Amino acid sequence: MVEFDVVELGPADHPEVGDTAPDFTRPLVGPEFWEDVSLSALAEEGPVLLVFTPMDGAFPATYVWNEIRDREWEESVRVVGLSISTPYEHADLLTERGIDYELFSDPGNGVAREYGIEHALDGMTGISEPRPAVFLLDTDRTIEYAWVAEEWPDFPPYDAVEDAIESL
Amino acid sequence: MGETPITFYRLQACPYCERVTRTLDELGLEYRSRFVEPLHSKRDVVKRISGKRSVPAIVDHGTGVTMSESANIVEYLERTYGDDADGSEAETGGAA
Repeated sequence: MVEFDVVELGPADHPEVGDTAPDFTRPLVGPEFWEDVSLSALAEEGPVLLVFTPMDGAFPATYVWNEIRDREWEESVRVVGLSISTPYEHADLLTERGIDYELFSDPGNGVAREYGIEHALDGMTGISEPRPAVFLLDTDRTIEYAWVAEEWPDFPPYDAVEDAIESL
Repeated sequence: MGETPITFYRLQACPYCERVTRTLDELGLEYRSRFVEPLHSKRDVVKRISGKRSVPAIVDHGTGVTMSESANIVEYLERTYGDDADGSEAETGGAA
């Protein structure tokens, strides 16, 4: 039997259900262009599912987006991603994976710091990224559901997220 | 999401685009930047709004004008929003 060690990340100090999610503005990448968009502006138009992932190209990001794409949550909620990848990498991910969702680009990882979910990568000096995390937000950015990874690797509990979306 | 008066389609590090940026800033105009992909064939959004895939391109929601080519855009912006625009209006007003 192979030893399989999952890294414990420990609890994160992130906003909880009932809190107001911190607002931010970052380039939001769609299939044709990117432009600065604020989270509050998105939320004003309807509920938002904000999905933090490791950088594009890492296998967890691929798995997460394949699964979310296949579940077609866009019927009930605006799904947006966020990682430290550049807009160009996001555009490639959208194209290569056939993803209809938009992705925020935050190479400086400031949003993850603001959300208390920063994760420094061992052996990649100067690079940090968000822990995998999911926040379901109402139109006033009230958090209706929150999940943040406490081990590494870890993946969102998709069925629980889906239940939360359905009970919006 | 609140209408910004001018939408500006641009490329990173494109001197012609920067020329438009400078003019927008000099005239103190509010605009929103939309960065498109460098690959010409991928610029369908620009083609849809302006008829061709070249950038820079702007859409002026106030006047309904859509334009590409930096020289034309700069000239248009200066004519519409620059001191000359105000000046000529003032002169017309003064003469009347």
